[in-house]
Amino acid sequence: MKHARIVYEGLVQDAVERDGQLLLGDGRLVSQDEVVWLPPLTPTPRPRTILALGLNYADHARELEFKAPEEPLVFLKGESTLTGHRGFTRRPAGVEFMHYECELTVVIGHKRGIPAKKVRRDDAYDFIAGYTVANDYAIRDYLENWYRPNLRVKNRDGCTPLGPWRVDAKDVPNPMALALQTTVNGKLTQSGNTRDMIFDLPFLIEYFSSFMTLSPGDLILTGTPDGVVDCQPGDVIVTEIEAIGALTNTIQGQA
Amino acid sequence: MNYLPTGTVYGVLLNFRGELAALAPQMSAPPYKAAPKAPVLYVKPANTWSADGAAIAVPARVPQVEVGATIAMVLGPPAQAQRPQDAIKSVAAYVLMNDLSVPHASFFRPPVKYKCLDGFLGVGAEAVAADQAGDPGRFTLQVRINGEVRQSVDFGNLARSASQLLADVSEFMTLRAGDVLMLGCDTGRPLARVGDRIEISAPGFQTLSNTLVAEEA
Repeated sequence: MKHARIVYEGLVQDAVERDGQLLLGDGRLVSQDEVVWLPPLTPTPRPRTILALGLNYADHARELEFKAPEEPLVFLKGESTLTGHRGFTRRPAGVEFMHYECELTVVIGHKRGIPAKKVRRDDAYDFIAGYTVANDYAIRDYLENWYRPNLRVKNRDGCTPLGPWRVDAKDVPNPMALALQTTVNGKLTQSGNTRDMIFDLPFLIEYFSSFMTLSPGDLILTGTPDGVVDCQPGDVIVTEIEAIGALTNTIQGQA
Repeated sequence: MNYLPTGTVYGVLLNFRGELAALAPQMSAPPYKAAPKAPVLYVKPANTWSADGAAIAVPARVPQVEVGATIAMVLGPPAQAQRPQDAIKSVAAYVLMNDLSVPHASFFRPPVKYKCLDGFLGVGAEAVAADQAGDPGRFTLQVRINGEVRQSVDFGNLARSASQLLADVSEFMTLRAGDVLMLGCDTGRPLARVGDRIEISAPGFQTLSNTLVAEEA
């Protein structure tokens, strides 16, 4: 099933996809154009942990002139960087290189009430509740070599669109063989496949859970392949992953 | 009820003049190549939070833990005035924190595997209201390990004052009500090991105490 979290008639509510429309909790079907899309997540009792990978596709690492890492390059984000499908992300005035990153995103679950702690690779999929798509924008002008990528690059307000759907894990039999692509104003600029990840999902869950407990609702953004290009105000960016969804975002200039 | 954060907890590296001086000789060399311009932040996610009095489990592979004693700002609703120098008015309270790390010498990559271990952030039991806590530039604290004073910190030595730090962070991200931003951890951070009792005390704050225990195999 594909889950969404939306604002409709002034209320935040959960919905599911039904025949290309949104099925609300009260049984009504509404068009995708009639709602405001939020990140497709249910609230968590504590702030969710958002892990994001850098350089997790060999071709992207080459593109950025880095050798492939020997262990995951990971950084954290706060929730205020998330925004929904069909939202707007600001490009500050005067920057030279702001690019999208299309990323398969894992929504962590639990196994019979037990959170993910010291999970073995063979059991990792038991702790995945679902998947969504992230566009992990970066503004390279702000990169500094201190805890890089630094938060000024990666944790800006509304700089991480997420959605449109959260797809149940059972509906994605092989997340390690999904086509990813990005279009800018309809033109294909990025194309890859999750099979080319350096560190696959079972590895990542085993690795992170070896030192930190992952709780239901936590997210892992798993990195992006080759093919990032600069985005200008007005550009419409669609980051799409096979079987998960197509996430639309528009770049907005500085007010 | 003990205070625990309701928002994201951010820490800051290099916000004491002593830290900057200690690293200055390395800053122009690779991998850093330059001194940092924006505040250098990291996140302490919810799995790291330990209440006052809690035992903190240390994995067997970590022989010593670095104690980052600090005071953090707890954000309230945004201040009406939007000028950067007024950002400090949006601080609702201050809280003691014991920001534990696996010691690490390189600050090039984000410190997730060093700072985000379960329980690695002791959180003071009490958030002291900003109007009671007074000027953060006059805060001081002491770290005791097994009763012995091991570090004294004077927040008059901040590189960016609380107000400046908030303003510079707000330039690129909004801190929401409930989010927490630490003021920084000075050099001379003590090391502690399993069995040690770490106490962080500061005038006007209830002492924060945590004990390190061996993680169960």
